[in-house]
Amino acid sequence: MDAHSDLSIQRWTSLSLGVAIVVAVLFVLLAVGPAFLPRTILDKLTVLFIYVCLAAMWNALAGYGGMISAGQQAFFGLGGYLAIRLSEWGIWPYPALIAAAALAGLSALPISAIVLRLRAGEFAIGMWIIAECVRLLVNLDPVIQGDTGRSLIALSTFDAAERRIFTYWMALASMGIMLGIIFLLLRSRLGSSIQAIRDNEEAAASVGVRVLVAKRIIFMIAAVGCALAGALWLATFTSFQPRSFFGIQWSAYMIFMVLVGGIGRFEGPILGAIIFFLIETWFGTSGVWYLIMLGLTALLFSIFLPKGIWGYFEDRFHVSLLPVGYRVQTFVSGPDRRLGEPFN
Amino acid sequence: MSFLGAVIDGVLLGGYYAMIACGLSFMFGIMKIINLAHGSLAIVAAFMLWTIAERLGYNPFLALIVVLPAMGCLGWLLQRAVLERSARSGELVPILSTFGLAIVVENSLFEYFGADTRSLAPYVGSLSYDSFDIGAGLYVGELAVLTFAVAILLLGGLQLFLTYTPLGCAIRATAEDPDTVELVGVNSRFVNAVAAAIALVTVGLAGLFLGLRSSFDPYVGSMQLIFAFEAAVIGGTGSLWGTLGGGIVLGIAQTFAAHLHPQGFLLAGHGVFLLVLVGRLYFSGHYLRALLKLKLG
Amino acid sequence: MSLLSISALDIRHGLLRAVREVTFQVGQGETVALIGANGAGKTTLLRAIAGAHRASRGQIHLDGLDVTSMPAYQRVTMGIALVPEGRRLFAAMTVEENLQLARASGRQGDWTVDRVMDTFPMLKARRKARCGTLSGGEQQATAIGRALMTNPRVLLLDEVSLGLSPLAVDLVYKSVESLIASGATILLVEQDLKRSLKVANRVMCMLEGRIVIEGDAKTLTREQITDAYFGHHHKRSQAEKAS
Repeated sequence: MDAHSDLSIQRWTSLSLGVAIVVAVLFVLLAVGPAFLPRTILDKLTVLFIYVCLAAMWNALAGYGGMISAGQQAFFGLGGYLAIRLSEWGIWPYPALIAAAALAGLSALPISAIVLRLRAGEFAIGMWIIAECVRLLVNLDPVIQGDTGRSLIALSTFDAAERRIFTYWMALASMGIMLGIIFLLLRSRLGSSIQAIRDNEEAAASVGVRVLVAKRIIFMIAAVGCALAGALWLATFTSFQPRSFFGIQWSAYMIFMVLVGGIGRFEGPILGAIIFFLIETWFGTSGVWYLIMLGLTALLFSIFLPKGIWGYFEDRFHVSLLPVGYRVQTFVSGPDRRLGEPFN
Repeated sequence: MSFLGAVIDGVLLGGYYAMIACGLSFMFGIMKIINLAHGSLAIVAAFMLWTIAERLGYNPFLALIVVLPAMGCLGWLLQRAVLERSARSGELVPILSTFGLAIVVENSLFEYFGADTRSLAPYVGSLSYDSFDIGAGLYVGELAVLTFAVAILLLGGLQLFLTYTPLGCAIRATAEDPDTVELVGVNSRFVNAVAAAIALVTVGLAGLFLGLRSSFDPYVGSMQLIFAFEAAVIGGTGSLWGTLGGGIVLGIAQTFAAHLHPQGFLLAGHGVFLLVLVGRLYFSGHYLRALLKLKLG
Repeated sequence: MSLLSISALDIRHGLLRAVREVTFQVGQGETVALIGANGAGKTTLLRAIAGAHRASRGQIHLDGLDVTSMPAYQRVTMGIALVPEGRRLFAAMTVEENLQLARASGRQGDWTVDRVMDTFPMLKARRKARCGTLSGGEQQATAIGRALMTNPRVLLLDEVSLGLSPLAVDLVYKSVESLIASGATILLVEQDLKRSLKVANRVMCMLEGRIVIEGDAKTLTREQITDAYFGHHHKRSQAEKAS
């Protein structure tokens, strides 16, 4: 190595530090939102937070873990169903939501024992089948009344305004916590393991990465996140129908958000969720054409822009807003010259 | 219904499953891609046949003359325009592409044909409800027997094609080592496109028999994909005939369970699939990968 | 005119320049040996000539025709055949199937399965055997036979002695010599220096992607070759420059 140069590994750049501060401020503003935002905006934001959560979870699985799942609706629906079940047993609705998510996360353990050894397309369909199985089993519970569904009746003990605000806060908190978990995970040793697995599973195993353990952790986190989203969806729209909660369209939405936003990047799913939310707001009532457009967009992106908008943006301009990787900085003698690409 | 009757029905149902599964296995064995649009493309074929039968009055069997080549062209296009390109970005991307395609196909069919269920049965006389009396008070549906027979012919034909023709040889070689095959003068892109075309022709045939044995609507494709996948995985070990075995096991499980509970049909099918999966995982250890890889004999 | 002409070829593996500005010709009927240490770029060069690897710069001409941007299967049709490092046979297929497959190139010529059997008598008994069950020597013979079935004008041999017992290597080289005697044009990469010098007309030595010495196999001295092989002539000329 050249005697003049010095290598230092950095995790934060001034840009990302700035962004982190902006994000924190934004979070605080959103938290006090109910004080000054009209209720329609609050409702819309709640839905947006749920979408961000779903996108982030799917991205954690696919973009970081290399596991493409066509069956996350299993946990989404399970979250909704368990919230109803627990509520029927007398647990207060909001704690029931959290408990539902936790239980769903636990259920992911035996499920992971079955599906995690499947690779690529087999895993995708395998998860789809799991979702179908969960739906069929849930249908057997008489409280659900088959396809008619059931409402989270206990919510009516709160008045509409209170319910709106509590659900909003819970959605905001859930989104923040799940994003936070992913962020910390990626910066940890486990995060490097996960990405190594995604890039080359055999090579990762050969350097001692415990592949199955790492995948299982991501799988369970994603299960909890999706279940939380499902429970929150129930709290927002009050009624639960198996066909709608366990429908494949949830996977379609998640795939769209992550593919368009940027797979394998932290910021990607957030961007994707915002885009999806806007599209749904403008075109959601166009019925089937809306779905055709979603599918077509996902198809075109997968062929022409597989890294998504954020991925393209990041690659082109070498910018990374939130520091999930490492930057190698070499300072060559003379004026401060920074080389180096983010190591993720 | 008697035990034997249920078994026979299950076995014959397996014939249909083998037919819908063989295209999926074929494509996976050669191009290492699981086509998530597989089921919905079968429905496309079914709707094409229905349109020809309804608007032009031709018997669906006759309509195959037009529909099968059309499906072949669709397969070619699918490979060249979608699968080949998305596969360049990694083995996971084609899953996303075919998923997107499935969504587009299903909803486009809905847009054009609406939600009404259709069937091809009315256009083939009494084929779909006639049965043979095989004695001992048992009856087997003529259509079911025909389906099974066609499935055997299809699998046999494919196996012969792969084993004895130069193109079949080239396909097997490309499946095994797509890089080296170019070094002996085989155009692997061409070969993969042919394989995709063949796969979709089988899908077209399966679409016919689906439409004959039950009614269909734009959204039943997902279920067909799941059945095809389950049959392929249960049968698993290598040759196309394994897919037949898998289909039969699936068919029998479903038929029996259907007699016990209305939801039994689906649950039993998924249940058997999961059992086989778990069984393979924990009793075969590292042979799992090879078994699940659905390599061609 | 030379049959195979390489000019200023640059080949990259990602960011690494595996082959740098390589230029040489191979004449009709010539046998040229390419030697050099591991990682010198020999296999990459051979694969690029066959079309398995894209060159980033430079040209490849076969009998005057520019084949640089042709895909591999088309080059086979033009007459370039590579016997890849490690044989790369289709293990699940029989010897005969592997050989028959090569007729896909569509080139007319004298090579048939029977002629390959005659050239490599050890394969006669193994005609219907799956390639995965063959011994190293038999596999190598099949691999060379498979390339010959395309009726090539230029035959590229990559490390045919790799992993074979000395006896097997002897047998393989006996067949190679008979090919040479019948007028074939061969470019071979060979670790075994003695063998390569014995069969070749010309020798080229590669080091870190460049050809550092080229000459007649019979007239180049041992010393010249080993110097080039290990890069001593680099250091010597650097030392000369410094003094």
